[in-house]
Amino acid sequence: MSDPTVTLSLHINGTPWQGEVPANRLLVDFLRYDVGLTGTKEGCSVGVCGACTVRLDGRLVSSCLTLAAMADGAQVTTVEGLAGREDLKPIQRAFIEHGGFQCGICTPGQLLAAQALLETDPHPDEAAIKAWMMSNLCRCTGYYGILRSVQAAAGDAA
Amino acid sequence: MRAFDFKAPASLDEVCALLAQYGSDAKLLAGGTGLLNLMKQELVQPAVLVSLQRVPGLDTLTVNGDGIRAGAGVRHRRMETDPALQQAAPLLAAAYGHVATVRIRMSATVGGGLAHADPAMDAPAVWRVLGATVHARSASGTRQIAADEFFEDFYTSVLEPEEVLTEVHAPLPPAGAGWSYQKFLPRSADDYAAVSVAALLALDADGRVEQARVGIGSAAPIPVLAQAVGAALIGQPPTAEAIAAAAELARDAVDPLDDLRGSAAYKRDMAVVFTRRALAEAAARARRA
Repeated sequence: MSDPTVTLSLHINGTPWQGEVPANRLLVDFLRYDVGLTGTKEGCSVGVCGACTVRLDGRLVSSCLTLAAMADGAQVTTVEGLAGREDLKPIQRAFIEHGGFQCGICTPGQLLAAQALLETDPHPDEAAIKAWMMSNLCRCTGYYGILRSVQAAAGDAA
Repeated sequence: MRAFDFKAPASLDEVCALLAQYGSDAKLLAGGTGLLNLMKQELVQPAVLVSLQRVPGLDTLTVNGDGIRAGAGVRHRRMETDPALQQAAPLLAAAYGHVATVRIRMSATVGGGLAHADPAMDAPAVWRVLGATVHARSASGTRQIAADEFFEDFYTSVLEPEEVLTEVHAPLPPAGAGWSYQKFLPRSADDYAAVSVAALLALDADGRVEQARVGIGSAAPIPVLAQAVGAALIGQPPTAEAIAAAAELARDAVDPLDDLRGSAAYKRDMAVVFTRRALAEAAARARRA
């Protein structure tokens, strides 16, 4: 007997997607291998590091701890959906201008987390930025660059 | 992760019917942050996963004279940020705000966090401090379980395989009660605690302790309600000496394990230290009745 599947209908970065996936497909694998959006990275695989962060109906989620089936009917946003190539979000420009990334593996998750923070709290103080962004680890330890980037983008979440 | 059949019923009746049909072969899925980690490690291998994602009505949070009612599907982030809950039960909101990271709190649910029965989690001991009641439902009816009776062992509650947790209810803490949530994190800010302590302290009109309840997490196979600590303070002014003497009783209220966060003996010592700090902060915040 073949493994059970689920039929999904969802939007990914505004684009509708319909199809069948194995019931045990993780959202991160679905996005990378079934949809071909490889911006989302898998790091720790246990929901700690934040590399696989995506947004599900606006919520930040670890896509390594979320089944694709749990996104049925939802709006999924990945780093590819943040902005067009020539039309970066302020947080993306800030990461470039203020050294918010080094190797770049954690950056998609950092950007989605920071964007969600600025939508919730357009003017976070340093403590609020640290409390929120502790959900995303940077093994290059570039945390001060990330902090500066979020501070620079504060008040300009659009 | 092993293959499983995925069901997403649209009502509690259907959930209960599926649980009645599959029994212990089925597992309920809410936020997934606890269960999916266990499934990825193949520590739990359900044949059927019953998701609550399409069940309406589980995400109701009400705070009024009747107390706090939190639906099983209310996410931790909402418990942390709801203004009415912050006002009425700041201890509970604070405890939810200490769970893992903001991203995990946006997924993890009230019901999942209790049914998972991990004694290292923040909220379960606080629900015990508040004297909460857990509501469960199955195809054969509903039942209410005191939070004090809910936890059995590591990752084990009294819920039957056929039951779904639907809501938690707690009376409001006494007006003017002081509170404190202390979480000792020797490794990293998003780690489990070596020990965590929740204290709620109410004073009478003369400034003597009328009610004192202390919950301790990460310190035993279940979240602990340290009844002896609270009892030792009743009727006394909450002086530093009285608090220090009561906090000593936390040592024997816990039953910790050796792990990377410290030896069992060290955690017993820290249970005393953080109980003392929690009671001191709660006493400082308490207003006379």
